[in-house]
Amino acid sequence: MKPVFEFTKGMREMTTSYCPGCTHGIAHRLIMEVLEEKGALGNAIGVSPVGCSIVAHQFMNVDMMESPHGRAPAVASGIKRVHPDSYVFTYQGDGDLASIGTGEIIHAAHRGEKFCTFFINNAIFGMTGGQMAPTSLIGQKTTTSVEGRTVEQAGAPLRISEMLATIDGAVYVERVSLHSPAEVRKAKKAIRTAFEVQEKKLGFAFVEFLSTCPTNWGLSPVAALDFIKDKMIPYYPVKNFKSVEEVK
Amino acid sequence: MSTSEKRLMKGNEAFAIAAIRSGCRFYFGYPITPQNEIPEYMSRELSKVGGSFIQAESELAAVNMAYGASAAGGRVLLSSSSPGIALMQEGMSIFCSVQLPLVLLNVMRGGPGIGTIQPSQADYNQVTRGGGNGDYHIIVYAPSSIQEAVDMIGKAYEVADEYRNPVIIAVDGMIGQMMEPVVLPEDQGYTREEDIPKKKPWALVGHKDQRDRNVIKSLQLKQELLEEEIMAYWPKYERAQRELPEYEARNLDKAEVVFVAYGSTARVVLEAMEILQKEGIEAGLIRPKTLWPFPDQAFENLGDNVKKVISVELSQGQMINDVKLALNGRHHVDLINRVGGMLLSPAEIAERTKTLMGGTK
Repeated sequence: MKPVFEFTKGMREMTTSYCPGCTHGIAHRLIMEVLEEKGALGNAIGVSPVGCSIVAHQFMNVDMMESPHGRAPAVASGIKRVHPDSYVFTYQGDGDLASIGTGEIIHAAHRGEKFCTFFINNAIFGMTGGQMAPTSLIGQKTTTSVEGRTVEQAGAPLRISEMLATIDGAVYVERVSLHSPAEVRKAKKAIRTAFEVQEKKLGFAFVEFLSTCPTNWGLSPVAALDFIKDKMIPYYPVKNFKSVEEVK
Repeated sequence: MSTSEKRLMKGNEAFAIAAIRSGCRFYFGYPITPQNEIPEYMSRELSKVGGSFIQAESELAAVNMAYGASAAGGRVLLSSSSPGIALMQEGMSIFCSVQLPLVLLNVMRGGPGIGTIQPSQADYNQVTRGGGNGDYHIIVYAPSSIQEAVDMIGKAYEVADEYRNPVIIAVDGMIGQMMEPVVLPEDQGYTREEDIPKKKPWALVGHKDQRDRNVIKSLQLKQELLEEEIMAYWPKYERAQRELPEYEARNLDKAEVVFVAYGSTARVVLEAMEILQKEGIEAGLIRPKTLWPFPDQAFENLGDNVKKVISVELSQGQMINDVKLALNGRHHVDLINRVGGMLLSPAEIAERTKTLMGGTK
């Protein structure tokens, strides 16, 4: 009998440590499926910095390393110099990339680094217990904004994809969402395009994933998916910000 | 450039050439005086020999680029000066945590804070004690001439690979900026990308569907396992303390006063010793060539002839603490120093020595 579905060889057959309803597992699998379909699992090197997903190497079946908080784009730049033909990627959360790691991500884009960054934006610090992130929405209650984030106190949420799209070296920038099967399919397509940009050495490729954090949002898994759709997407539009002819 | 020829060269440039000839192909750096000739040289030359240079956006980024390149199996050079080294301490701690090799040149300038660009040795504590978190050591060499620095760079790469640990070469700004005749090392060639897995089976090169994935990780949330990991790598530091200390000793069997000095300061001390000798004072010198591990062995057999031990340093009494530990109370230790980028002259050392000796001579 012909199997209709197989578990990707890119994921190790084990239970992840992520919370119920967290979309890390989906994002992990999509990236690994794309690498498997490209026959690139054996030629891939990943970097996961501090945050819930620092343990991504436990689940992803590729060579990987942990990085200090925010520094993954610098680490990946070093790896790519040694192995210019490998598929190098960073997998970073918003507490990491949009806060402590803004310098590293902007300059990786600025140099037009030939690796991919997958940016998991769930508008909160997950691993440390639900503190406000630069991406937290106005009014969003976190453990460091218990009355809800205000512009006066913390500024308006940072739109990273929009910012990176202004940098010439970032040639592919897309924001996707993981709140529905249709959006998940689009996310996978964006991942594939990002790796194609890297293969062709066209420049820096960046995919932002609107993701859930039911635990720290205080929502059920289903309500968390609705939160992405109803609250996050109006502020963080799901769209392609930048692309190049070679991958269109 | 032929290899055995003696050439007049600026320190920083000689260090860069020595690193390339020792097989270094990856350099990451951020401009800071007085070491800029190193990134400038690397930016011109590395690409000609199959290597890569990145001008990083900060020292934080530079050390993390080095972390990635070293994890990927590349032979890396980092260089900076004192405040830049402070920014790299996060990286030093993580290099030690995951046991990766690195060679780092610190061309020291006066601090604290932004300080001055003049030569200094005030990073003694920073390089030997470190500012990064957790239990680790950095191996530290301290050359006193351009020639010695060039020779130590080759050795540093071997030690860094063997111990899988960062090695810092601490030179004061004087040695980085001055010119001296130097014989450069033979070119050793370098490890090509396809040969990395043979030499460094732990390196991240992609598993090629032929082995389990390689993982380089630092996080360990289970405290009993973290303790186990630290205890598993700690014997290498004990071995380093047995095998790596190096020093130069002069006139210890006759000396009434023994100076302890490293780097360019040790050369000033040699001239001060000549002045003192003319005035009938026998002086000796212990010159640590490694600052960590500190050469305690040099102090073991100081005889009754030694009346005074003086730590001479361009810092506010930093090395003196290691001298005191090495002597373990057997001798009182005095300090002759200047700080903030000011230098000692031979005459000043000689005068202050006579004052410390109570004007008996």
